[in-house]
Amino acid sequence: MTDENIITVALAGQPNVGKSTLFNLLTGLNQHVGNWPGKTVERKEGTFTYNGHTYRLVDLPGTYSLTANSAEEIIARDFIIKERPDVVVVVVDAAILERSLYLVAELLPLPTPVIVALNMMDVAQQEGFRIEPEVLEAALGVKVVPMVAARNVGVRELVKTIDTVARDGYIYTPKRPEIRADHREVLAQIETLINGCVPEPYPQDWVALKLLEGDREITRMMRECLPEERWEDVHDVLRAHDDALVAVAGGRYEWIGRMIRAAVTRPKVGQIGLTERLDRWATHPFWGLLMLAGILGLTFWLTYAIGAPLQELLDTYVVGNLAELARTWLGGAPPWLSDLIVDGVIGGAGAVLTFLPILVIFFAVMGALEDVGYMARAAYVMDGFMHLMGLHGKSFLPLFLGFGCNVPAVLGTRVIESPKARLLTIMLAPLIPCTARMAVVAFLAPAFFGSAATLVSWGLILVALVVLALSGVLINKIAFRGQRAAFIMELPLYHVPNGRTIGLLVWQRSLAFLKKAGTLILVVSVVVWILSALPGGEIETSFLAQIGHLLEPVGRLMGFDWRLMVALLTGFVAKENSIATLGVLFGSTGLTAGGAGEGAGLAETLAATFPAATALAFLVVQMLFIPCVATVAVVQQETGSWRWTLFNVGFLLLVSWAAGAGVFWLARMVGL
Amino acid sequence: MSNEPEMHRAAPAPGLRKETEVIALSALHPGEQGVVAELLGGRGVLGRMTALGFTPGAEVRMLQNFGHGPLIVLLRDTRVALGRGEARKVRMLRK
Repeated sequence: MTDENIITVALAGQPNVGKSTLFNLLTGLNQHVGNWPGKTVERKEGTFTYNGHTYRLVDLPGTYSLTANSAEEIIARDFIIKERPDVVVVVVDAAILERSLYLVAELLPLPTPVIVALNMMDVAQQEGFRIEPEVLEAALGVKVVPMVAARNVGVRELVKTIDTVARDGYIYTPKRPEIRADHREVLAQIETLINGCVPEPYPQDWVALKLLEGDREITRMMRECLPEERWEDVHDVLRAHDDALVAVAGGRYEWIGRMIRAAVTRPKVGQIGLTERLDRWATHPFWGLLMLAGILGLTFWLTYAIGAPLQELLDTYVVGNLAELARTWLGGAPPWLSDLIVDGVIGGAGAVLTFLPILVIFFAVMGALEDVGYMARAAYVMDGFMHLMGLHGKSFLPLFLGFGCNVPAVLGTRVIESPKARLLTIMLAPLIPCTARMAVVAFLAPAFFGSAATLVSWGLILVALVVLALSGVLINKIAFRGQRAAFIMELPLYHVPNGRTIGLLVWQRSLAFLKKAGTLILVVSVVVWILSALPGGEIETSFLAQIGHLLEPVGRLMGFDWRLMVALLTGFVAKENSIATLGVLFGSTGLTAGGAGEGAGLAETLAATFPAATALAFLVVQMLFIPCVATVAVVQQETGSWRWTLFNVGFLLLVSWAAGAGVFWLARMVGL
Repeated sequence: MSNEPEMHRAAPAPGLRKETEVIALSALHPGEQGVVAELLGGRGVLGRMTALGFTPGAEVRMLQNFGHGPLIVLLRDTRVALGRGEARKVRMLRK
């Protein structure tokens, strides 16, 4: 910002107008993804060069307006007002011109020069609109650049326009929207009252307007800045006009109507577009559900058909060979070192690596569904059902992906706009039985329950889902006092998905996972290995075993001994590790974490050691227990709060113990 | 089945309908059009609804309404899905 040669461009736009496509097109791989300071809202920034200048492009969160309804809206306007970018490019959907100009109407009162990127001109044409950009440009008094970002049309012109506007000689003369006549007087009154008291760098007339709209943030700010008496005066005026919010918004739409009257020819009513035809199926209460089920089925089929074999290949060839190589290399080193490297480090890295294929597939599917516009439809058909748990329709898809892996489920909650609904979804995601947990069930259930194993497995899934629903209701009631965000959501027009946008999304999400979860998994893996190897080198006498003994009194409530407790604990690295640990503790030979070939021997030993009631309790606890470290890592990343992460872990501990103990005593009562 | 009595009222013939009849948006049948007359509700919801285009005078066409559950309307060339509770707070003049 301080560098004279760098020109800062803010990219604004409503959701679903093709803003990310344009951002990716301009910056390519020269971008950095992070979070806005102190917020869990994604912040993307990138650079491009043109005409010898370097441009810093900051992607503002997609927002419908600039009134403080959400974190996104506050971030967007704070950036423009406080960071003072040189230019704001606002992306507008030509096919929804009226609605998407609403954000322009909010941006024009601010001092930063605005350029309107009139995107989706092709879609507008298909829908029957005829738009004349020059006429719109003349009406608004700002540069208007028609474009089709998805096909790289008009991007060069946009960059040229940015260059022109950012240059010193450019005179910015927008036709700013005026407030409706019936509120002009109050606005002037407020402005007089606050005159001279508005803190820098807020424009005074803008603050007056936001006060009239009842904007929470600005109201709070002015209450602090104004002398007590003066505030009372302002407050009285505002109270007498508490309907102004609707009037101001209505005024903006009237202004938009005047702006586009000459520039747009509308289609004849009655034309049925592709979106309407598709939506007859996609949003139907029955066919819509069927369609959703089909899409989910396809996703999981893809995961198993491509992801699982890929996972195995990675495990055998990359991780396996690496372990071999390390062992040979470290032949002369003390055995503990070679064990640490092979079991601790490479084992941990392997766990990270084998996550990747499934994650990539899920990220790609989520990205594609979002980009096509289907995500909103899935949310629509599932809303009623999710409502029962205090959740939003948009919580459904991320949660469902949790059946594959909890990590993309937590990351997928980014599609949920309401912060509360998002937090609640993150808290519940670890209760979805993922494939790794089901692998443990698949291994243990047949040994204990024989032909009833399938029934038991389904029962366990049912238990997990019932616990999830109950937890949802409970957390919602207690932590959020039963509040639920209003269900109002745009159903965007269907678009052909943009490979580049989806590809970059998959790349960024995977990279972020590797960086964050990867390191944490590695650390935890090494720590668990050290605990299991020290002090004597045998797991039976290790620190881990001592912890297991320490926890045995808790375990006894469920019929567990220390070995089962240790198995649960090692599942923290990766759920499958529980089996390997049991293998070691119950004397199967030559097992390492994640290794294959535990064989039927272990299952039989276990069945001979423990009653069925204990086995059932173990499986229940295992289903509901603290998720693996990767999930915990992303829960922390996505909530941005250690408090919520610890709450989540503590809550799951409590719930799993309670359910385990309950099941154990019930099973004993029926004589298992 | 529905807990909204207005859903069961037979639509009067267009010529007989009073121009000033104010109904909830949730009472519009699929295909019917109306003009927003008034918005009820708290600040947060109002802010989101007005930004999406629900302002007095806006024309709204009902696309999907099964008499229960959420519904879909067409408003300012946008399809907007909204919950039944939210739709009850939009008062409409039937067209």
